[in-house]
Amino acid sequence: MDFLTLIQIFDSTIRLATPLLLACLAGLYSERAGIFDIGLEGKMLMSAFFSAAVAAVTGSVWLGLLAGIASSLLLAGLHGLASITFRGNQLISGVAINFLAAGMTVLIAQDWFQQGGRTPSLFGGARFEPIDWPFAEALSGVPVVGPIYSELLSGHSVLVYIAFLAVPATWWVLYRTRFGLRLRAVGENPAAVDTAGVSVVGLRYAAVAICGVLCGIAGAYLATALQAGFVKDMTAGRGFIALAALIFAKWRPWHAMWACLLFGLLQAVALRFQNIDLGGVVIPVQAMDALPYILTVVILAGFVGKAIPPKAGGEPYVKER
Amino acid sequence: MDKMPKWADVVLIPLISLILAAILSALVILGIGEDPVAAVKLMVSGALGSTYGWGYTLYYATNFVFTGLAVAVAFHARLFNIGGEGQAMLGGLGVAMVCLYVPWPHWSIALLAAMAAAMVFGAAWAAIPAYLQAKRGSHIVITTIMFNFIAAAFLNYMLVNVMRPEGSMDPATERFPEAVHLPTLHELLAPIGISFSKAAPANVSFLVAILACFVVWALIWRTRLGYEIRAYGHSETGALYAGISPVRITIVTMLISGALAGLMAINNVMGEAERLVLNSTEGAGFIGIAVALMGRSHPFGVFLAALLFGFLYQGGAELALWTSIPRELIVVIQALVILFTGALDNMVRMPLEKLFLSLRKGSA
Repeated sequence: MDFLTLIQIFDSTIRLATPLLLACLAGLYSERAGIFDIGLEGKMLMSAFFSAAVAAVTGSVWLGLLAGIASSLLLAGLHGLASITFRGNQLISGVAINFLAAGMTVLIAQDWFQQGGRTPSLFGGARFEPIDWPFAEALSGVPVVGPIYSELLSGHSVLVYIAFLAVPATWWVLYRTRFGLRLRAVGENPAAVDTAGVSVVGLRYAAVAICGVLCGIAGAYLATALQAGFVKDMTAGRGFIALAALIFAKWRPWHAMWACLLFGLLQAVALRFQNIDLGGVVIPVQAMDALPYILTVVILAGFVGKAIPPKAGGEPYVKER
Repeated sequence: MDKMPKWADVVLIPLISLILAAILSALVILGIGEDPVAAVKLMVSGALGSTYGWGYTLYYATNFVFTGLAVAVAFHARLFNIGGEGQAMLGGLGVAMVCLYVPWPHWSIALLAAMAAAMVFGAAWAAIPAYLQAKRGSHIVITTIMFNFIAAAFLNYMLVNVMRPEGSMDPATERFPEAVHLPTLHELLAPIGISFSKAAPANVSFLVAILACFVVWALIWRTRLGYEIRAYGHSETGALYAGISPVRITIVTMLISGALAGLMAINNVMGEAERLVLNSTEGAGFIGIAVALMGRSHPFGVFLAALLFGFLYQGGAELALWTSIPRELIVVIQALVILFTGALDNMVRMPLEKLFLSLRKGSA
């Protein structure tokens, strides 16, 4: 494997890790506030459809992004209603949201575009174009540093940079602001937060809303940047890989980034090579597909460092008994 | 004192949830410019208007009975087994191995062996998440989700690299031999003079599904183990105090649940496809969640809910065939049922409880 191939694989890793990272951070806010969210997949899918649909109709990818975020927020609101206001089962609510998105997207796509549950292909201003960094062209000839700068770092869409900037931003919000402290507290001990006179319900809704926005961006990235349009079930389990990454990272922002990059790398490698021949032992492509899930189970099992979720996760908060 | 009479809890709440889901579904159909009344008529005639329609409805219902029971049994121990899909896939693998690699003289013996294999494979796939939940506290929902994906990758590997016949491009096993062909309802009903559609896939597994409902009912409400499962589901500390081992109950319940999900394979793999194909489960494992929620985790309720979803599935297929409404409408209805009977249960329950309390005050 030569240097350029390596760069190309890492480049595709970044592209594939971006939706995972956005969804993973989305889950991080929600779960840190004590709301389990297995509906990341559904919110991404909903946003993927609405961003592509609106971008296709209006020709503006930014309007598409807004529509995607709005649709994802709507589902997040539903999740909040079910799991915060009506104190329902958060896991069941997440399952319902995933199915709702899987069904509604195809239903509406068929009604609007009559193309078998997809949107028309996006082009021009209806897509996020790659951003070339200054001097990318000129520097590409420089050995080692050149390809890294012009191929690996430069030439991604704006959402990729937003996703990676969201990592330090999330860290800062969670660990350096009052809101973050309260958010983490409400996921561990909501009664204490309540005693301090801070609204548990308000904090949890805020967290769920942030989760909705980030899932919205993730979905829009899938449909308008990574690919050119929406196709049925296009999230293809990414929401669950993001969930796996979140557990893998033990609910911490920087670790989440590394976990998403690792899982993105696995996807990139699986995409490029079908079966990997390691000196006689052939690793089938299916093993690469399954690896993120297997790793997560191993981490969850606590054999390699224990993953302990926020203490109040999944528990509806009841003010008085 | 209970806030509500039992009948309200068992009948009224699911019914209201169902009506809410139906109203929203009708609005969705209106929203995409179709007529909900005509759609329902078409679904009824397509799913229940002929023995062909019934054959498909009952075939789907058979799948959903098994996966619904699987989720329901786990619910009794307050475990959420979302891995029915993967367990059913593995059950299919077990059935395929039994049918392909052993020469059976008669379908009845083959069916017993296939049932055993399906249950063992399904239970085995549930065993690791069960062990991890019981011993290491790993959340069973997350591990069973992960195991669904691992099962899909594993099955993909088995079908593409191992079990695919020489020279075939299709990722599927060979056809099972004629000897393991399960009698369809057509073949079962013909000797007693009832003519049933030849083309419909409903088969003897439907009877096994009914039997499974009885067995699960007896298990949960008439055995010591069932009592322990329910006690554990009500209160873990209480069960512990009574000398019930949480580790044992968690693992045993999940093994039963996985075995039931795996058992579905005798219907879809052995009864219908007669070979193992990719994605043979077609999401039935997830529909089990909706079925168990709607059936209030009672085998009889599960049976009724499975029939309803069988009807929706077959009716939805007919809709997709004759109108511009895609099959995904059923996924939306399924989502709404899960939402209202599961997640938004309190939205229906709270006002009803208030109503019954005020009624009681009025009469007292």
